[in-house]
Amino acid sequence: MELKTRISAEEGKQDLTITREFDLPIDLLFKAYTVPELFEQWMGTKVLQFEMRPHGGYRFETSDPAGNVVFSANGTIHRVVPESEIIRTFEMENTPFPVQLEYLEFHSLGIWTSKLTMHIVYRSSEIRDQMLKLPFAQGLNMAHNRLEAIAKDSIN
Amino acid sequence: MNLRRDVFQAIADPTRRAILMLVATQSMTAGAIAANFDTARPTVSKHLQILTECELLRQEQSGREIHYHFNPQTMKQVADFIEPFRQLWDERFNRLEDLMKQFKSNK
Repeated sequence: MELKTRISAEEGKQDLTITREFDLPIDLLFKAYTVPELFEQWMGTKVLQFEMRPHGGYRFETSDPAGNVVFSANGTIHRVVPESEIIRTFEMENTPFPVQLEYLEFHSLGIWTSKLTMHIVYRSSEIRDQMLKLPFAQGLNMAHNRLEAIAKDSIN
Repeated sequence: MNLRRDVFQAIADPTRRAILMLVATQSMTAGAIAANFDTARPTVSKHLQILTECELLRQEQSGREIHYHFNPQTMKQVADFIEPFRQLWDERFNRLEDLMKQFKSNK
């Protein structure tokens, strides 16, 4: 199936852009990013701190079924414009990867459709490429959780 | 039994992913890697063995020590350079979309 997500990453640059169109009105798309209970669900994580305002902080962590924290990340919010823009930093904890800067732009494409553009700036092009090569670093926790769910289903 | 190790099997484990993240930016000895985990040393050794067998890690002798290096070439082999990253975000956004559609209908 064709992926709806686009990634643009020019050779040798230290940034990249992720774009995605959603079958959602813009208010719902924006809520998914600003309501902690919703953010937790689609990110498959546990929110520890969530201050969606300039100079506010956010932090979340993901645990394995035994309760060991396998991934944690945090950042600072720089700007929040409802249904339009979020500017924040993002840093994975206990990894060699430095903090990155994220510009999220929300656009309405109609009553039922909206678009997210996420511009991420890394410390260097080398760091960016390492992040691209390590998809499991950011999100395989989710894939892992899913695998576990499948494994549990197959036992039951 | 000699099971063929593959990259997907290797990265399915959270501890092995954490090891790869550690070694991604600097080569490390087994001891230095193990020091980052509460897991027993032999367990970490087993993970290192699996990662080495599927060529995600490379061993290099340096004096009396063996250093583990990350081998990005193998990750390229998993798929094209950007593709796994894109899939990850696509899955994440699919979940967002599904969740918010439910949220809408429950309102």
